[in-house]
Amino acid sequence: MDPAFPRPLYLLLYTGSSLSMTVTFAWISVAVILLTSAGLLLARDWRWTMSLLAIQYVAMFVLALQHWPLGMASVKVVAGWMAAAILGMTRSGLSDENLAEENTWPRGRLFRICAALIVLMIVVGVTPSVDTIMADAGFAVTTGSLLLIGMGLLHLGITTHILRVTIGLMTVLSGFETIYSAVEGSVLVAALLAVITLGLALVGSYLLIASNSKGTEPA
Amino acid sequence: MTAPTLWIVAPIAVAILLLFITNQRALSLLGGSFAIALALIAQFVPIEEAIRVGTFSLKIDSSLTVLGRVLLIPAEEGPLLALIYGAAALWFFGADASGTATRIVPFGLMITGLMVASIAVEPFLYAALFIETAILIAIPLLTSIYRPPGRGVVRFLIYQTLAMPFILLAGWLLAGVEASPGDLALAAQSTAMLGMGFAFLLAIFPLYNWVPMLMEETSPFIAGFLLWILPTITIIFGAGFLDRYSWLRDSPQIVIALRSAGLLMVVTGGLWAAFQSHLGRIMAYGSVAETGFSLLALSLDPKLGIPILFLLIPARALGLAVWSLSLTVIQQNVETMRFAATQGMLRITPVAGAGMVIAALSTSAFPLLAGFPARLALWESLARVSISGALWMGIGIIGLLTSVFRSLAVISMAEEYTTWEVRESPTQVFMLGVGVIGLFLLGLFPQTIQYFLSNLPAMFQHLGR
Repeated sequence: MDPAFPRPLYLLLYTGSSLSMTVTFAWISVAVILLTSAGLLLARDWRWTMSLLAIQYVAMFVLALQHWPLGMASVKVVAGWMAAAILGMTRSGLSDENLAEENTWPRGRLFRICAALIVLMIVVGVTPSVDTIMADAGFAVTTGSLLLIGMGLLHLGITTHILRVTIGLMTVLSGFETIYSAVEGSVLVAALLAVITLGLALVGSYLLIASNSKGTEPA
Repeated sequence: MTAPTLWIVAPIAVAILLLFITNQRALSLLGGSFAIALALIAQFVPIEEAIRVGTFSLKIDSSLTVLGRVLLIPAEEGPLLALIYGAAALWFFGADASGTATRIVPFGLMITGLMVASIAVEPFLYAALFIETAILIAIPLLTSIYRPPGRGVVRFLIYQTLAMPFILLAGWLLAGVEASPGDLALAAQSTAMLGMGFAFLLAIFPLYNWVPMLMEETSPFIAGFLLWILPTITIIFGAGFLDRYSWLRDSPQIVIALRSAGLLMVVTGGLWAAFQSHLGRIMAYGSVAETGFSLLALSLDPKLGIPILFLLIPARALGLAVWSLSLTVIQQNVETMRFAATQGMLRITPVAGAGMVIAALSTSAFPLLAGFPARLALWESLARVSISGALWMGIGIIGLLTSVFRSLAVISMAEEYTTWEVRESPTQVFMLGVGVIGLFLLGLFPQTIQYFLSNLPAMFQHLGR
């Protein structure tokens, strides 16, 4: 079998076996991750951004289920949703004028779509070799996690806006958590990664409030 | 009672309680005294040995199990804990003089506890998770909620966060290399991952641009604390990797990579410092060079390099504490720390000016000061294995010395007949005075610190023995 060819598709086309439900869901999750991570790059309204982030964590949860039991994988989605809620609640309480995005970063939608496509091509190219290194985590898991990491890094590379930086970091970390779940099943690690996701959201909220302040400390 | 409870859980719990105290002096004294107490216990109370106190028998167990994993502080790590908490006490006692006690004492104590946890956790590669948690806690320490954060803080958060995935994945790959040592491709991949992780964590060239930015944006005292504790513990964590994996320890490529990275840090840190016109940025590049010295020590034969690495730690702690406190006092009396604004500051903040110059000279390996013995030993050992390396280290040191003499010229460049108008508080003068005396004592009598340092290499199973 060509290692670059996704196993579920190989099974479907050449052996006639039906795709297992889990694997089908995993590939649907990869498609969702592609849409949400690209959407996070394109969306300018914070409400859309938070919704996409929450959906992204659901897709990540499905990918984590490939290697982790339901209880442990649920930690990911619960922590992710809580993080999105923290950021959303903070952002909703701030005025729009002070948090207007800077004009310096590439704002054109066409540019961002092109950049996302380049990331997608790179991910498709490196998935087989990374999957081999990562103890055959599964093509869906590897593709999904690399997409998250790539899109997150792209996000970090084109903005200095606090909310977007936080979302970029959370996207990179969720990609890493997905692929790491294939090789590490420790409860302590799952707990600490959930704490870090929540901590990142809290730090992002703190910096958002600070960036909205007038620069004068109370006496 | 377990050692992790005493040196990890208790400091974090006390730090949470200290968040509710707003009196600067009380916080400074409480935090400093608590850290000193922890340092004294670490130095003088043996771990895993029963001691009799009256009718009671007391024993500190070395391990604590959390969620199926172990936090382990063996008896050999006692002197290291004494060093870490002793140095943290320097910052906490100095916090009152710098006016940052409400932030640095509680958050600093939490960060110290988490960094100790990063050394204690088993399997040790989970340390990256504790370091990341400490980084997140460092954000409210660095920025006020009442002021927009600068770009340095955001870059600090991004770079340090990106380190964690690399370290965790490298740890997993290294286990694979251990299982199949002949797989050269896997070894190369794991080493590259590890290198990237430590490049982000230690802010190795060119990933250190956040360091000078941070020194411009935040209180130098707070930035100084982070520039001491994060690289120091990370270097020890990195040495743990070398200690654990024999193929990594014996690899000539790793030695070359460490030496090259160290020299790059020393040379660029020194040369960049020489051309700066901002007192804070000079300290930033000084700390970059300090990390370079530590990497150079790690690149040497472990029997020589590890004792030098530990000898660098107290000098770095005291030097950065005095330097950052001096800059904080200067900053309180000027609008910015650019050369144009700090001309003649020696007549307004004479002790802080002297403290800044002496601490910078100590970092630049000036004789009779705390940094000199370790750097001399490092230079001599480096010259034995690489003359060109020693030459480059010399260039870096010349750069650092140039920056010190430029700073001295600027702060003493007052207009003629300018009167002395000292604005330092007695607390600031006392703390800086004690620090400067300490820098001289460590330089004149380096053997005194050997009492604490001599057993430190025993914490490694293979390195330094």
